[in-house]
Amino acid sequence: MNGSEVLIPIVKFCENHGIEMAFITTLHENGLVEIIKEGDTLYVHVEKIPRLEKIVRMHFELNINLEGIEAISHLLERIESLQHENTELRNRLRVFEG
Amino acid sequence: MDFVDYYKVLGLSKTATADEIKAAYRKLARKYHPDLNPNDKAAKEKFQQLNEANEVLSDPEKRRKYDQYGKDFKHVDESAGARGAYSGGGPFTYSGGDEDFSDFFRSMFEGRAGAGGGGHAKFRGQDIAAELRLDLKQAFTAHQQVFSIGGKQIRVTIPAGVENGQTLAVAGQGGQGINGGPAGDLYITFAIAEDPQFKRLGADLYTTVELDLYTAILGGEIVVQTMDGSVKLKVAPETQNDSKVKLKGKGFPVFKKDGTFGDLYVTYKVKLPTNLTEKQKELFAELAGGVK
Repeated sequence: MNGSEVLIPIVKFCENHGIEMAFITTLHENGLVEIIKEGDTLYVHVEKIPRLEKIVRMHFELNINLEGIEAISHLLERIESLQHENTELRNRLRVFEG
Repeated sequence: MDFVDYYKVLGLSKTATADEIKAAYRKLARKYHPDLNPNDKAAKEKFQQLNEANEVLSDPEKRRKYDQYGKDFKHVDESAGARGAYSGGGPFTYSGGDEDFSDFFRSMFEGRAGAGGGGHAKFRGQDIAAELRLDLKQAFTAHQQVFSIGGKQIRVTIPAGVENGQTLAVAGQGGQGINGGPAGDLYITFAIAEDPQFKRLGADLYTTVELDLYTAILGGEIVVQTMDGSVKLKVAPETQNDSKVKLKGKGFPVFKKDGTFGDLYVTYKVKLPTNLTEKQKELFAELAGGVK
């Protein structure tokens, strides 16, 4: 995989999801998504796509506004971090129980 | 196959209006949506029930059939024309595979969730969860694994250092989108089997080696197995039972940090000799006398 393959043009993402480019730029302005500019084209890193899709679903399907998404994103990061810690502790316990 | 009370699922009475159904669905979906409840199977199941209830109750034809035949759905005459094609799911598109709908739903409406799609709206493909069983050796090295999903072969690179219970998301490799919607994601959860020789804590490995009494007392050299081969190890004289040595960088690869490894901790278990000859017993007695 070369460098260009890991960047997804935002235009393409918006086409696929049937959303306006302005929504992504607003997310960017609110610090919710990182946009990469190369020449005249705006991209988002492929690894950020699942998070971006999650935001799109939260906004368009669940009617959550940007402030709500921001708060939820912080909480989800904490949940994921706690779940990761939980997995680590379970694995540690497994060693001592085994 | 159990009857599903869709009104109860949405917390509504049978006289609920279309607006009440919509409002109840949205409210509960915000609570149970999988995006907001990561790795929560109970929430996902609840969300699927909500989707199913909404799919039926928000469609006047399906609702009419449900209200009419509900509890007697097994006896519905299929020739009565009540069969309805699934129209592409509710407004929430998190997932939509066959497994997302109850047997009751499929029996009653004969729809294939997520397939076809009667409208023009784009729907995201279903997310697919897979479990991959690996042994410790497989988790030690990056390798490619082929998954067969919906008749399609998907080659996924499994990075070195994945942990037991860890989930890896592969974007766009889930079910295909509907009407040009984006594909879902593939979520791979790893189940890593216990290894008889090595215990793993994060990136560090622990192993135990037996040391004969004479090497423990006098010192010497032994060969220790690591995950990627064997190494010679100098044993210091008068090494105690249960003492540990650390082999730096001989542990497990750190996930997504190429070239970074944990350490290997070797615990010595000193093994006392058995079946001693008379001569050996005399010599031990002599040693014991010297101590006393």
